[in-house]
Amino acid sequence: MKILYFAWMRQRTGLSHEEIDLPETVTTVDTLVDWLETRGDGYRDAFAKREVIRAAVNQEYVQFDHPVANEDEIAFFPPVTGG
Amino acid sequence: MIKVQEEDFDIGAELAALSAGDTSIGAVASFTGLVRDMAPIEGESHNIRTMTLEHYPGMTEKKLAEIEAEANERWPLAASLIIHRYGTLAPGDRIVFVACASAHRQAAFDACQFLIDWLKTEAPFWKLEETDGGGVWVDARESDDQAAARWNKANDTST
Repeated sequence: MKILYFAWMRQRTGLSHEEIDLPETVTTVDTLVDWLETRGDGYRDAFAKREVIRAAVNQEYVQFDHPVANEDEIAFFPPVTGG
Repeated sequence: MIKVQEEDFDIGAELAALSAGDTSIGAVASFTGLVRDMAPIEGESHNIRTMTLEHYPGMTEKKLAEIEAEANERWPLAASLIIHRYGTLAPGDRIVFVACASAHRQAAFDACQFLIDWLKTEAPFWKLEETDGGGVWVDARESDDQAAARWNKANDTST
């Protein structure tokens, strides 16, 4: 799975993107975040305010109960501020 | 048409191109967004040195195309254009440009406002302001959500 991080999510994780092999326990965006948070302080810091973070699966906005699969591209980012 | 680019653009040339060759167009409305020189940080005003726009290549173009398609579905537009820049900009620089052409002004005005309101809450861009008080990611504004929400079809009493 390809995971992308933008804005302060990118700064806190220290990554703009990464490739991971999805563990079997991960089936939704929520459980993916639970798993990512076990990987280090940067991740815990990035996901600390989970309720404000937006997720997109294959470039479509999704809720955190949305299913995820190993071939998906998933992005995490703060609320958007363009325009 | 959607353009996501680092370089600046020429408003006059873009507007001329939008209506060129279509004499059914009687109205062209546009909005230009610029980098401001001041930003409030925790209640205090700070000078902005630069603003850097980050975006999600691929999803940005996809969301902008969806927003443009929605505008074309709701209003009888002859042409529409969204230009959004990314990269590092200075106060006074152009950030975003939306323009709509139609036979009559009301559709052009309304569609133009819809495009900028929806773009602000849907398109994956983020602004980092470098100020004399440090670098700050711009927070999403509730007023922008409200501006976008008034275009929700359930709330729309204009049609």
